[in-house]
Amino acid sequence: MTASAPMVKAEGVHKRFGRLEVLRGISLEVARGEVMCIIGPSGSGKSTFLRAINHLEKINRGRLWVDGELVGYREHGGKLHELPDREVAKRRAEIGMVFQRFNLFPHKTALENVIEAPRLVRGGARAAATEEATTLLRRVGLSDKLASYPSQLSGGQQQRVAIARALAMKPKLMLFDEPTSALDPELVGDVLDVMRDLAREGMTMIVVTHEIGFAREVADALVFMDEGVIVESGDPREVLANPRHERTKLFLSKVL
Amino acid sequence: MSDVPLSAPDSHGPEDIEAVAVRHPGRWVASAIVLLLAVAIVNSMATNPRFGWGQVGHFLFDHRITSGVVVTIELTVAAQALGIVLGVLLAVMRLSPNPLVAGGSWLYVWFFRGTPVLVQILFWYNIGALYPSIHLGIPFGPQFVAINANSLVTPFLTVALGLGLNEGAYMSEIVRAGIISVDEGQTEAALSLGMTRLQTMRRIVLPQAMRVIIPPTGNETISMLKTTSLAFVVAGADLLSAAENIAGANFEPIQLLIVASIWYLVLTSVLYVGQYYLERYYARGSSRELPPTPLQRIRRGVFSVRHDPVALGPLGPLGGVERHEGGSIR
Repeated sequence: MTASAPMVKAEGVHKRFGRLEVLRGISLEVARGEVMCIIGPSGSGKSTFLRAINHLEKINRGRLWVDGELVGYREHGGKLHELPDREVAKRRAEIGMVFQRFNLFPHKTALENVIEAPRLVRGGARAAATEEATTLLRRVGLSDKLASYPSQLSGGQQQRVAIARALAMKPKLMLFDEPTSALDPELVGDVLDVMRDLAREGMTMIVVTHEIGFAREVADALVFMDEGVIVESGDPREVLANPRHERTKLFLSKVL
Repeated sequence: MSDVPLSAPDSHGPEDIEAVAVRHPGRWVASAIVLLLAVAIVNSMATNPRFGWGQVGHFLFDHRITSGVVVTIELTVAAQALGIVLGVLLAVMRLSPNPLVAGGSWLYVWFFRGTPVLVQILFWYNIGALYPSIHLGIPFGPQFVAINANSLVTPFLTVALGLGLNEGAYMSEIVRAGIISVDEGQTEAALSLGMTRLQTMRRIVLPQAMRVIIPPTGNETISMLKTTSLAFVVAGADLLSAAENIAGANFEPIQLLIVASIWYLVLTSVLYVGQYYLERYYARGSSRELPPTPLQRIRRGVFSVRHDPVALGPLGPLGGVERHEGGSIR
């Protein structure tokens, strides 16, 4: 929207599942072109927060903006109005998301997976979409796998198709939900390489990850979450080298 | 370390195992019994003159029977199509977050699964007693057309409607099971790409649900084909009604029931083939390589024999060029 607004802004975000409070007041800002990594033990609410950013989860309290626009709601006369399905979909189209379990469409080939959303959501000619998708798949190193179905691809290849699929919508923000956690160790590198390239090209990214090395090398900001709150945040090298908080120290001693 | 040779797959090891198979005397006895029973049954059917096979052959392609076959096919297609459309609609309704919409679907299924389909058909047949004329228009508002119910509800429409509405209830449960079987992550991925709920359902969820939906739907269609014979009670023109009409005149009920049974078997066999190919289509991407169809297997078998000379290469007795010329001479 406005060039000065941060790409993502959260203010006191709360989320409850029944009586369980998963997010208990998350506030942060992600600037344009910034790469933020979120680390923390499982159940700390990292994924829930990520999913709230594109309204896959509805938050219970607080405010969440993407590119200056409120997520999932319209504020009018001091009240929040839920956005209709079509509006929510339109905003989601501008945010790419990559999942831990890839979630490729198994009944479509790699190429069809990438073409599907641009064709359906944005319309446009098939030839142009195919060309675009082919370029994207080449970029993630899969130009020879266009006609393969997901079941014929390795985990690392599937995740790279998933990244290409998200990029095909030309998003202004990419969300990664533990993109390498379901991969064999030897396949992690290829996926991280693609993400590293993306960061270098200036994509705004929020990455929930356990890859501390990736966070140290690529991230501009690191957030450590535990039990629904941000325990510590700052420059990744600083946080990783000199954690100030006991809980951060404990967590890092286990994963490093 | 570099001096240690890499281990290579060894091709000079012991030869492949050729063991003596375990004997299964029990299987041999069972096979003998099955074979004996089969021969006895066929023998009895062939030698008992009361089967009247000549008459069966005579009526098999009687034009009254064949037009009954056509009506049976039409009824099956109409009723099953109505059932599938209704089933998808009811299943999507049932999964709606709106309790009134979901409740309406539940009530429909409860009613139509809870009453015998024969009762439903008879009910539609007598609908004229309840509503002598049918008006098309807006409820409690203006009406556009009025039709005499008795002229509208022909036996065909009665049966197609009765079976179709009833089938909708069963199909909705099948479709619902299919939709539920698709991983939640698929919906999330589609939504995150900016698809609306409707687009997600139509393009991502339903095509995957088809793998679960098709086998029981094939079952339902085969069942439907046979249930159309209930048209008999409302004097329909289907296969069984046609057979019974002839039997009523020539007093050969067994022969005509055999004729009808043969046709029902032929039609269900055709459906088997259709289901097989439909299942293959929707299995795309699910297994690394689908096994060849029987047709492909036959074709491959034929071609592999025909192409054998090629393996000899251009130096073989049948060089590529010569072979082509030989073909053209013939």
